Amino acid sequence: MRGVNVDVLNPMGEVAMKQKNLLVFTTLLSLVVILPVFAMLIIFSVRYNASSKKKAAYKPNWEGNKAIEAVMWGIPCVIILVLSVITWQSTHDLDPYKKLDSDVKPLNVQVVALQWKWLFIYPDQQVASVNLLQIPKDTPVNFTITADAPMNSFWIPSLGGQVYAMSGMSTQLSLIANKTGDFKGSSANLSGSGFADMNFTARSSSQVEFDAWVATLKNSKNQLDAVSYKELAKPATVDTPLLYVLTQDGLYDTILMKYMSHGSHHVQVEGTE
Amino acid sequence: MSFFDGLLGRLSIDYLPQDMITQGGAASMALIGLFAIAAMFYFKKWTWLWENWLTTLDAKKIGVMYIIVAVIMGLRGVADALMIRVQQIVGSGGGEFVNSDTFQQVFSAHGTIMIFFVAMGLMFGLINLVLPLMIGARDVAFPFLNSVSFWLFVAGMILINISMMIGGFSPGGWLGYPPLTGLEYSPGPGVDYWIWSLQIAGIGSLLSGVNFLTTILRKRAKGMTLMKMPIFAWSVLVAMVLVIFAFPILTATLGMLGLDRLMGMHFFTSDAGGNPMMYINLIWAWGHPEVYILILPAFGIFSEVVATYCQKRLFGYKTMVYALFAIMFLSFIVWLHHFFTMGAGANVNAFFGITTMIIAIPTGVKIFNWLFTMYRGKINFRSPMFWFFSFVMTFTLGGMTGVLMAVPAIDFQVHNSLFLVAHFHNVIIGGVVFGYFAGLAYWFPKIFGFTLNERIGKYAAICWGVGFLVAFLPLYALGLMGATRRLDHYDASTGWQPLFIVAGIGVAIIAFGIFLQLLQLAVSIWQRKSNLDTTGDPWNGRTLEWSVPSPAPFYNFAISPVVTSRDPFWEQKEAVKRGEKPEKLRYEAIELPKNTGVGVIIAGFAFLFGFAVIWHIWWLAAVGVIGVIVTVIIRTSNDDTEYTISADEIEKLDRLARAGKGQTA
Repeated sequence: MRGVNVDVLNPMGEVAMKQKNLLVFTTLLSLVVILPVFAMLIIFSVRYNASSKKKAAYKPNWEGNKAIEAVMWGIPCVIILVLSVITWQSTHDLDPYKKLDSDVKPLNVQVVALQWKWLFIYPDQQVASVNLLQIPKDTPVNFTITADAPMNSFWIPSLGGQVYAMSGMSTQLSLIANKTGDFKGSSANLSGSGFADMNFTARSSSQVEFDAWVATLKNSKNQLDAVSYKELAKPATVDTPLLYVLTQDGLYDTILMKYMSHGSHHVQVEGTE
Repeated sequence: MSFFDGLLGRLSIDYLPQDMITQGGAASMALIGLFAIAAMFYFKKWTWLWENWLTTLDAKKIGVMYIIVAVIMGLRGVADALMIRVQQIVGSGGGEFVNSDTFQQVFSAHGTIMIFFVAMGLMFGLINLVLPLMIGARDVAFPFLNSVSFWLFVAGMILINISMMIGGFSPGGWLGYPPLTGLEYSPGPGVDYWIWSLQIAGIGSLLSGVNFLTTILRKRAKGMTLMKMPIFAWSVLVAMVLVIFAFPILTATLGMLGLDRLMGMHFFTSDAGGNPMMYINLIWAWGHPEVYILILPAFGIFSEVVATYCQKRLFGYKTMVYALFAIMFLSFIVWLHHFFTMGAGANVNAFFGITTMIIAIPTGVKIFNWLFTMYRGKINFRSPMFWFFSFVMTFTLGGMTGVLMAVPAIDFQVHNSLFLVAHFHNVIIGGVVFGYFAGLAYWFPKIFGFTLNERIGKYAAICWGVGFLVAFLPLYALGLMGATRRLDHYDASTGWQPLFIVAGIGVAIIAFGIFLQLLQLAVSIWQRKSNLDTTGDPWNGRTLEWSVPSPAPFYNFAISPVVTSRDPFWEQKEAVKRGEKPEKLRYEAIELPKNTGVGVIIAGFAFLFGFAVIWHIWWLAAVGVIGVIVTVIIRTSNDDTEYTISADEIEKLDRLARAGKGQTA
């Protein structure tokens, strides 16, 4: 049982680390404005209270002062200017579509949001799993993400921010785990009655353990092909992770293309009856 | 297809509520409604109700009705909030107070009701009560349209309440994203209730936007140039421009979703060329201006309240006006910040992030201006100032978390989490709700002729201020712990439950604050004889509404005022103190609109149309549409819609009112 973890503030990977640093910096910058506002509110409330015993100055017609107005526009403008530059730079640096800088060969994972579970397809390893995302430590993972369900959002807070999973669309995200461990993953967008059960585990392990896991799946009795996928995609939740050997090439693309036709998307997946 | 299929569409007893909580809610609502109707019969008050309230075109009375509806819906919205809190406490490890389906309807109803019927209702209510008086007008520009707007609002309100009794509500959240709310995933009537309730109420809002904007531009007292207008009037002007530009987007978008659902079209489906992302863009192109529509009049209220209770001119009047316009323009170019995570490229995300941050500048300037109004003022800490104090503390915090989320890379980690939920409640409760509560306390004596009990009002404000922090600070933490919004259960191993318990205590404190507000109203009515506002000016006010007797007469001003400066009533009092004699003005005849029930009838047909479309009862839908059109045609061909009060009559009424024996019509 994991202890209480403030995932966003305890990053386990480089992407989440950068996002946390941004959060801390922006908070501190905002305090430059927030703290004086709180101070003025309290000080003015006390000093100029009509029922206070100490007599304070009373200037009923004083309604403007160029110096004060210059400061009250100026300082926020400077802060927002600084923040804008940081926003431009960080938005590009942390663009989910941007691949991570690394010498290590990235792992490709295709993610499909279903009702109400997550399917992870490892096209290069020819395995697949449901609700368990095992990845090797210090390896960039390139996710391509879609849905065969209402709109969802793919989120592992310990490793980095989320991206929407949408049927008929393919989004991308790049994350990296710099520590080993089990990290919580979930769907961050309402997708129907079972959506609260769309939790998955992102398990970061050594490369050796990852290879062993892949080997286990390759020997699995469960095959993921067009037929078993159709079963899997039916609305239901899953109590323990499912593990598959992948026997259908291009399954992700087939799922994506279902929504590209001009008819209803109840077109049969190729290979079924 | 049998005769009954055609007669009743898809209406059937299968759609009655299946779970105990909804059954209990529906039964309570039905009982209360029946009790109210029975009481009306018993006390023989139907004629009085019809003649004095349902058919009135007096903006002040329409305002009171808006506020009553908003308060009643607020109680329902808070009940929803309590249910959400309870479920999220017992949901640790999968416990169930309400099942998942009901929970999703509860939070969807909570958000929809609070925004569309509580916040909008309080806003239009207060504007109706105050705006004409404040600018020296007798009523709004289009009094009949005002009545239509109100009754369409009521029609939407009735639809959303009926959903609890039969059919259930949408489980798709307050903004109803497809494909979840499309025909494939939500074929039942719930989403249709959501669409048509908002569509009908939304038309009412759009009409009010036109009405109030015209009122400000065309009905100001002689001499009141725009730059002499009170800031509340400016804030309403800007908000109504936003209404006029934004609400048509809502109408079109809900219309397209309706076509998808009714006729199998493909605007927002995932397949056949549809695009749910388009819905999200459109709905937020409305949605973002909407939240500014709600907050700007609240800001306007604080400008009036702070200046009055600090007994000082508002600091930086011109800057306040410029800031309002800056916010108005900017609010149309920030909408994408609601979905940074939908995969737009970095250039697009960064652009919208930066525009979002820029809005913080004029908003911050307004807060500084209020603070500098306090500086070297003589502050009377009446309850509206308690609301103002809470507002500055709360709203500033919410603004800060908004700036945080405006950075797309940060937003990726907090979007759709409880951090987001905490942020928007922070600014809506701290800004919109506290502002409207301050306005209600401030202007109550002008409308009803007696002041509210001060002590209970202050306790209520303290409960709300403290309760808000206890209820929502834990949610910020939960969001950072990875807690998504709208979950009805979670693993016990997450350790989230203690924070949900604290949040639940916070909502209980707020609920106690609401109880105090209701108590305040009851006690104030009980004690009204000892709290009469005999002068019409209980707060040593600055603006024109305080120059008429309390309660304000149905004609507002016996003699239309002539204005020569800002804060005209304050300047008038100062002139009297200096010994200047006021100019003697003559009474003149006044034309006022006659009462009419046409607004009720139009809304009645609109309600029938909405209900019919939801349940696929096509003949009834046709009746609804034709009924509206025919009623409008009959009304527009009616030339006898006004009556005149002679100058002598007015003089008599005015002398009576000023002698303290005044009556409203």
